[in-house]
Amino acid sequence: MHLILFIVFAGLCLAGAMNLLLQTHPINSALSLVVVMTSLAVLYLLLGAEFLAIAQIIVYAGAIMVLFTFVVMLLNAGREERTLGSRAGKMIGFPAVAVFLGVIATVILKAQNLGSVALSDPITSTEDLSRVLFHELLLPFEVTSVLILVAILGAVALARAGSGERRVSK
Amino acid sequence: MIPISWYLLLSAALFCLGVVGFLIKRNLITVFMSIELMLNGVNLSFVAFAHQWHLVKGQIFVFFVMVVAAAEAAVGLAIIIAVFRARSTLAVDRIDLMKL
Amino acid sequence: MNESLHLWLVPLLPFAGFLINGILGRRMPKALVTTVALLAPLASFAVVINAARAGATLPYIETFRHSWINAGTLHIDYSFVLDQLSLVMLLVVTGIGFLIHIYSAGYMAHDEGYARYFSYLNLFLFFMTVLVLAGNALLMFVGWEGVGLASYLLIGFWFQKPSAASAGMKAFVVNRIGDFGFLIGMFLLLGNFNSLSFNVIAAELAVKPAWTGGVLTAIALCLLVGATGKSAQLPLYVWLPDAMEGPTPVSALIHAATMVTAGVYMIARTHFLFDRSPFALLIVAIVGAATAIFAATVALVQTDIKRVLAYSTVSQLGYMFLGCGVAAYSAGIFHLMTHAFFKALLFLSAGSVIHGLGGEQDLRKMGGLRRHMPITFWTMTVSVFTIAGFPPLAAFFSKDAILYAAFLHGTSGKIFWFIGLVTALLTSFYMFRLWYLTFLGERRAGASSLEDHGAPVHARSGSKLVLEAEYPAHESPWSMLGPLVILAVLSIGGGWIGIERFAAYLAPSVGAASVEAGSAGLEWTLAGLAVAAALLGWFIAHRLYKSRPETPGHLAASMSGPYNLLLHKYWIDELYGAVIVKPILAISRFVLEWIIDVAILGGAAWLLGGIATLGGAILQRWQSGNLRSYAAWLTAGAAVLLLYVLWAYSPASLSAFFNHGAGH
Repeated sequence: MHLILFIVFAGLCLAGAMNLLLQTHPINSALSLVVVMTSLAVLYLLLGAEFLAIAQIIVYAGAIMVLFTFVVMLLNAGREERTLGSRAGKMIGFPAVAVFLGVIATVILKAQNLGSVALSDPITSTEDLSRVLFHELLLPFEVTSVLILVAILGAVALARAGSGERRVSK
Repeated sequence: MIPISWYLLLSAALFCLGVVGFLIKRNLITVFMSIELMLNGVNLSFVAFAHQWHLVKGQIFVFFVMVVAAAEAAVGLAIIIAVFRARSTLAVDRIDLMKL
Repeated sequence: MNESLHLWLVPLLPFAGFLINGILGRRMPKALVTTVALLAPLASFAVVINAARAGATLPYIETFRHSWINAGTLHIDYSFVLDQLSLVMLLVVTGIGFLIHIYSAGYMAHDEGYARYFSYLNLFLFFMTVLVLAGNALLMFVGWEGVGLASYLLIGFWFQKPSAASAGMKAFVVNRIGDFGFLIGMFLLLGNFNSLSFNVIAAELAVKPAWTGGVLTAIALCLLVGATGKSAQLPLYVWLPDAMEGPTPVSALIHAATMVTAGVYMIARTHFLFDRSPFALLIVAIVGAATAIFAATVALVQTDIKRVLAYSTVSQLGYMFLGCGVAAYSAGIFHLMTHAFFKALLFLSAGSVIHGLGGEQDLRKMGGLRRHMPITFWTMTVSVFTIAGFPPLAAFFSKDAILYAAFLHGTSGKIFWFIGLVTALLTSFYMFRLWYLTFLGERRAGASSLEDHGAPVHARSGSKLVLEAEYPAHESPWSMLGPLVILAVLSIGGGWIGIERFAAYLAPSVGAASVEAGSAGLEWTLAGLAVAAALLGWFIAHRLYKSRPETPGHLAASMSGPYNLLLHKYWIDELYGAVIVKPILAISRFVLEWIIDVAILGGAAWLLGGIATLGGAILQRWQSGNLRSYAAWLTAGAAVLLLYVLWAYSPASLSAFFNHGAGH
């Protein structure tokens, strides 16, 4: 059961990722990425991280990807054209990264004493997680809230129409 | 019983696919999405190791990564909008104002 | 050893005078400058007199506690040695130095470089005393170079005049050529004796009486080269006539009495080396004799009063070298002493004449000054008679001592004696010629170019500038006449000590004169011949310049070839210029301009610029503005880092890292 779940959703991840690469229109890529996110949420659940699975769906798939989609539609970006050097980029990029992947895979496969996952493994409860988060790691937590505040301000400042053409009407 | 290494391999594969996309895609938004894909791949790796060693801190790290990714996505997309306003194009090769 | 003689004061006091006058002199009133400058040699002289009277057992060695060079087996100290030889030299140097300081106070009174002049003069005294007192060759070399430096500074004292500046350079460069020989000699000494201290070397030679020739000849010849440069012998004499560009007191002190005698002193100091090499001694004698007659011939026709005296100095130095060359070191030093007296007197009298005439130095424009400058006339007369060798004046005794020793020195000695005799004849002639042209006869002074010779124009003080034909020549002030009188007295009585007593006194330091026994009769005969030569010279000069003044003109016209040769000093300067100076300058210009400037420096600059430009051009490609290229390089960098980590940490440690296990 575990195996089937894993294979299905891992396959969905990979398929979505490949699709992201192969699609030419950005909206298709965005939707593939949503698929990847959701599959990953299931995988987190298989690994016993229930809070993270939900957070993944709510934050990543639900907020970030929606934002991406909005921007794609707003900017009305079209299909990608062939440009100079795109072919060459593909020629070099794929093999290079394949080598990269090979190296990492080798290290992973050579490693000993890696454990295994089973469905019966204990799930990390949200309580445990929040206990650590709000006791030991309270400071980073607060700092990240400041970070989010800064990001909001930055995004608002950057995306305003003021820097480019000045619109006379208010 | 699935070995952890499979999860790790999947994570590595996602990461590398993200790198590929980062390198070869010509639309700025798509490049940004590849970055998100990379982050997700790494998240999976963290969760896998958190499971192996029964560390909650691994999951908390993922939590922070998500937060940062959200902030980064917001700001990054704002930048993309500003760039689009300036250059009226999202093609990566056309956005070369930094050229010497 | 008795109480300390404080020899270190002797150089140090003039050095203090140099510092004070050099640094503060310009802001001090002239009287203070003069006081400081005159106190220094006077104080040094007092210390020397004290050393002479104290009757300390000579040689007296004073070493300073800190050793100078201590490198492996080489050990050199600051050590001053006072023995009979250096005592005599010191008396001459400080005594005559003091007199000339007094004279300079009057001569240079109107010069604006007054303080600078005295500081240089004191500097010279410092180095000269170091040279004389030095107990090892290296310290002597310091003094040697130092007096060369002081000479350069003083020759080119009026440095705005191009001729003076280049004369200073010429002196220094020619001296350096000689110094090269001195250096090689020092290296050879080090190699063979492992020490530069004179006492050590002498002692080591004393225990090996059979060691002659060979290396010792080489050392002696190298030292001779050095002496030739400093003492203006053939072929390195060319700087001395040009050195007359300096003020006349400088010519008197440095280029007559003291510095140029340093070469003779050095040979006497290292006599133990020369004694072991008859060949080197022969060369010394040949150099001395040849120089003596060479310079005397050139002096016959010179028209500048100082040039005549300069060539006379070269000639007399030749006598001293001849004396040393026949191993009669005491005779050479005796002549050194008397020469200091009468040559300084000659120069200072000439300076008085020049000063009185407002700067005129041309003999053809002088004449009849006997009436206007009586005291100068009498002192000059004393010195002229002295240098001609008339008894009982000083030079008679010293010159005869040399000629007598030369005559007794084998067959070659007789040739040297004859050359010396002829030179005495020539000396007498040109000195009397100078005497007649300057002081006797009719006044020939025309409108002199007052600025020509750089001497301070005395007439400017107070009175108006007089430029018409009859320029009123006047006598010099007593600050200048006083030393003249003292030197005249010394010239008269300076030789009365006699060569036998002098040689006996010097024997501990320069060795007993190994003269073959001659007879008193021989000595008187030779002396008589010398006096006869002097009289003959006077007679000829009288005929040519007093009784029939038009004769020299006719002679010059009829023998125009030899006359021109002598007038132009055998064209030696031009020869050196063409054969040595021009090629060196050309090569040096070529090397400096083309090889170093254009090729090396220019090339280096071009190379650096090229590298920077090229590097910039290459690196510029990176700043393409192309996002994807940036992305690619980013990824490549990350990959490299990853690979490094994987490689540095071997799989064994990696697995240990993975086996973290439970916890946390």
